[in-house]
Amino acid sequence: MRADLLGGTIAGLDDALAAVDAFDRVLVAGLLRPQPAQAAGLARLARAVAGTPLASPVAEAAGKAAAGAAGEDHFAALAAARTALLGSVHDALMTQVAEATGRPCREEPGTAPCRRQPANVLAAARSWLSDLARSGWRGLDTDVVSGSAQIISAMLPDPALRRLAVLLDGFAAELAASCPGAALERIPARRWADLWSRAMLLTLPGAAGAPVTGTATGRLLPLGIDLQEHPTAVQAQVHAVFEPADGTGLRLVRASVSVPKPDTVIGAGVWQLLRPHMSLLAAASQGRSMDLACMPVTAEGDLIWSDDHARRGEPADPFATARVVLPTAADAATAPLDRHPARIAVPVFVAGYAVGKDDDAVVFTVAGRPLAVDTGRIPAAGPLTPEAVAVSGACIGLLRWDAGSFSVQPLAVQTTGRKGAVAVHAGGWAGGTTDKAAVKAENAATDATSVLRERAGRLLRK
Amino acid sequence: MSVWERSSTARVIAPARPRKLAKVPFVELADGRLQGVVSSGSDIERVYVSSVAAGTYAYACSTNNNRPCGGARGSFCNHIRALIDDAVLQYGAERVARYLRVEVADGEPSAQSIGAAMSATSPPQGDIRAAAAVFSRFLRHLAYLELAPSTAPLPEMQWFPPTRPVS
Repeated sequence: MRADLLGGTIAGLDDALAAVDAFDRVLVAGLLRPQPAQAAGLARLARAVAGTPLASPVAEAAGKAAAGAAGEDHFAALAAARTALLGSVHDALMTQVAEATGRPCREEPGTAPCRRQPANVLAAARSWLSDLARSGWRGLDTDVVSGSAQIISAMLPDPALRRLAVLLDGFAAELAASCPGAALERIPARRWADLWSRAMLLTLPGAAGAPVTGTATGRLLPLGIDLQEHPTAVQAQVHAVFEPADGTGLRLVRASVSVPKPDTVIGAGVWQLLRPHMSLLAAASQGRSMDLACMPVTAEGDLIWSDDHARRGEPADPFATARVVLPTAADAATAPLDRHPARIAVPVFVAGYAVGKDDDAVVFTVAGRPLAVDTGRIPAAGPLTPEAVAVSGACIGLLRWDAGSFSVQPLAVQTTGRKGAVAVHAGGWAGGTTDKAAVKAENAATDATSVLRERAGRLLRK
Repeated sequence: MSVWERSSTARVIAPARPRKLAKVPFVELADGRLQGVVSSGSDIERVYVSSVAAGTYAYACSTNNNRPCGGARGSFCNHIRALIDDAVLQYGAERVARYLRVEVADGEPSAQSIGAAMSATSPPQGDIRAAAAVFSRFLRHLAYLELAPSTAPLPEMQWFPPTRPVS
């Protein structure tokens, strides 16, 4: 990867983000009784999408909101404007990323035909999100936040609503932990506006569709595992290079497995919830490839995993995959509605760097240029540590962008010691482990679920 | 705005810390209360539903048979103390104190100082009918064990990176 190509300024980026910030400040104070400063913020957002198909509905929504008279459709229009701006930021950043990786990008996926979703619970979610926008982050209290509990409980069991349900659940947990809003020392304005806008758009029919557009038959070479979690959900994503059996071009794909969980199942304990549902986790943590036959895949390069369509393949060292195969694989394109800088997670291989420190942050110096390392994204549920990264000589990671700069999130590093090269993977415990601390965490999770079931039984018998 | 305020992945909730569930299978800060389910120390068959209200510290404790807890008369019973202990383990003392609106006189709050500060106000006995609400929250919590996993991608989870606990 040419990290030196990531530093250039992007025309218009600051303007787009300034309009986003202006709207984010509007949500801090809320839209119950808007002040002149908020009207200005709304107008700034509307101006930023003038000349696009969104211009007229957003101008109307901004006007209504500034008068304290916005309805649900107006809030949805404002969320759409903000999402469109960040979509353009995403595209500009991805152009830079493509130059740095030197890899081709696949064609853009089209818009998705929608899956049928029950409309009433989506309407309830939209109504709650509108209430949030009116109260603002400063006006948060437990009454506003608890309005989400029933909606989330109703959505979680329905697979067609899982995306929105899991998002709202994580969002509501943060809001609940931050009550009362008036007493907060600082407010994560960009983050909460992101979550609010995404949730708002996902309440619209068809927005959550990720249709299967084909099948994958060939060899899957895992690169690493990215873990994501909030108190009541966890998702593991395996990033891999797919080698089609028909000899067509190599491409990057992901395979995901996720599950809602009680907030007491944490750390390495989460793997046992995921492991039984995707054989790829074990294969990836053992350094093996898998052979796929007719595995469903979306236009975004997401395999919809089913163990029936996969079998264990030959050993395949992820570092060999990263060195040899990754540079020629095509990156997947992102669905239009999902374009957002936070969505950028591009597999990269970096080697021949010097490791330094900038305050407490780890920095790789590649070809004389600094590349920030996001060690905060390394999960506690794996053997990889910031210390291992600091003594490494090669790294498989995900290139990300947040708060104005690129960084690399390590998925695996290689260190060269007296015994030769040793690799440590963030997802090393996904398939099981004999590591003492991990075994302890797994047992604790097993105990937690059995205690919960037993105690519930005592209560339910009555 | 600061970098944290402009970050899409700013960490808002500190990672939950591990705790054993045998004594307090369920604890949460919700509905304006610290509430949960506490196992009886003497009888495997019995569990208590306990709660303390934020602000007033009105407390309630009753068994799974809807009998009032004998210890919760005039002051916090042991079940409520256990509830405070485990809430502090899971959420950290600072968050528990903030939620309950407890001012701790000197220094960092702890389970002990939070309990003592609330006791010192001679809190009133609350309505044990709150038990039904707590119980339904516990059932909601348990429902998470029964939800099916999925291999359809959840793009929104990109906003929820793991958080390394401070060692």
